[in-house]
Amino acid sequence: MMSVHTSRGPGRIGARWPAVRRPATRWIARRRPGTFLVLMIATVLVMMPFLWMLSIAFKPEAEVFTSVPSMLPADPTFENFSTAWTSGNVGRAMINSTMVAGAAVLVNCTFAVLAGYAFAKLPFRGSTLVFLLMISTAMVPVAVTLIPLFLMTKGFPLVGGNDLLGQDGTGLLDTLPGVVLPHLIAPLNIFLARQYFFGLDDDLGEAARIDGASELTTFWRIYVPLARPLVAVVAIFSFTAVWDDFLWPLVVTSSMEAETVQLALSKFLTGGNVMYGPAMAGAVLVILPVVAVFVFNQRSFIAGLSDGGVKG
Amino acid sequence: MGALFVAPAAAYIGIFHLFPVVYGLYLSFTRYSPLDRGGPQLIGIDNYVDLLSDADFHKSVRVTVQFVAEVLPFAVAIALGLALLANRSMRGIGLFRAGLFLPRIVPLAAVSLIWLWLYSPDGWFNHLLGQVGLDPRNWLLDEGTALHAVAGMRVWKALGGNMVLFLAGLQAIPRTLYEAATVDGANSWQRFRYVTLPGLRPVTTYIVILNIVYLAQSFAEIFILTGGGPLRSTTTTNFLIYEEAFQNNRFGSASAMAFVLFALIFAFSFMILRRMGSNR
Repeated sequence: MMSVHTSRGPGRIGARWPAVRRPATRWIARRRPGTFLVLMIATVLVMMPFLWMLSIAFKPEAEVFTSVPSMLPADPTFENFSTAWTSGNVGRAMINSTMVAGAAVLVNCTFAVLAGYAFAKLPFRGSTLVFLLMISTAMVPVAVTLIPLFLMTKGFPLVGGNDLLGQDGTGLLDTLPGVVLPHLIAPLNIFLARQYFFGLDDDLGEAARIDGASELTTFWRIYVPLARPLVAVVAIFSFTAVWDDFLWPLVVTSSMEAETVQLALSKFLTGGNVMYGPAMAGAVLVILPVVAVFVFNQRSFIAGLSDGGVKG
Repeated sequence: MGALFVAPAAAYIGIFHLFPVVYGLYLSFTRYSPLDRGGPQLIGIDNYVDLLSDADFHKSVRVTVQFVAEVLPFAVAIALGLALLANRSMRGIGLFRAGLFLPRIVPLAAVSLIWLWLYSPDGWFNHLLGQVGLDPRNWLLDEGTALHAVAGMRVWKALGGNMVLFLAGLQAIPRTLYEAATVDGANSWQRFRYVTLPGLRPVTTYIVILNIVYLAQSFAEIFILTGGGPLRSTTTTNFLIYEEAFQNNRFGSASAMAFVLFALIFAFSFMILRRMGSNR
């Protein structure tokens, strides 16, 4: 029996995707036809937008605007994908977003995990207060910090023509480091890490310390190998936070060279006349990595999602 | 040693998450255009006073509240229904769960683009209307339907995540409670009413607050689907703040709006926490 409110054990992350208990392996369609039917209809309805996306992505332009849309393209083509990739700038944007997301994943997996570990295993005077202060920032709406962060990015010292005081230049505006700046360490990841390490045994670290291991070695050699599921969750969260972000890149970038994926997609709208074929092909390309990560890490995804909250 | 491990994260969060709140609060008491050479000019509470009589701002708050109020009941009730159905241990159920969860993980901007087509004059929804003999509509360009259309997309987007949270909540209800209720002669409706619903109270409170916080900050879908129109009927407060700051270059008043939004979200969440979270 899994308990959401009390469980603090290791392996909790990853075990949350409610388990399908083994003994009852009767196929749902046979056992509960009514439930099966309702779930089937709901799932098909929910999947419908994705099916249309795929359909239009493979249709030639003339086929998109027919009065009776058909799901299966009569004359499937890859043309939309190459249009989206090159003239839609999705190719460049995907490289940009990958680099920015990669940086966010790396920094989060190092410093957010390290901080969460320290809060759980190496408390110091005032650490609870520091923790609460850091976590409280997760509740602040994006709009509140948007303008200050924009000004700080613009005034970043010694880059983009700025002097030591951040004057005279454009700082990190319209650069990839500027895009990643607010995403380097997310408070939620520190929270998740702290919760996870609380569930790991203190004795493991004690044993290592008695053997003369330094704190950093204890963390790196003893606890990190036990925290793989946690690192997966933090990596996924950091990646999607950057990959999905729209408002910040919209504000902080202006050129095609620094464009991120979501921005590139939004550019298909300009001019009022939407080229749905390339737009949907672009959407497929942008959604695909996220779906792939999800399919291979379903448990981590769900666990992180439920952990962020049900625990509270 | 612990402090040393926390130091990098603490420094970063202090500078890039905590300080901007203070800086933003300061800006909300100033008049400041990024095009000025001069920097922010302190003007006291003028920005906040002006908001009291700012019709656009008032309308944006009404739009935001209406939007949240439209999405929330459906996103919670349907998700609960799906969770109850999917909370079975049978083969094949995982596929349904994954399919229903999918919208939760795809980027908002990308799916908005899909829905832009669904709502377009030649899109799927008009095709469906045509099949039952109704006239096509201009969903996103009609003041009467634009906000509902955006809300419809957000319900679709929110269902899967809420369902998974409900599933976790359902699994947290001790099985013994159901057994005891059955022994006492409770039928399935009574078990739902007196065991399941009270048991789901904490997770429901969490879901409602989480949804409010997300929905009250709608931006990407507005930007892509309607651009705030027609006639500002879909200009949420978050969208207005963006326009005020980055199109009208009024950083001071935009900051004031942001803090009012912050206060409203906080007040609503607090109220719901008090009403739903306490009495058991």
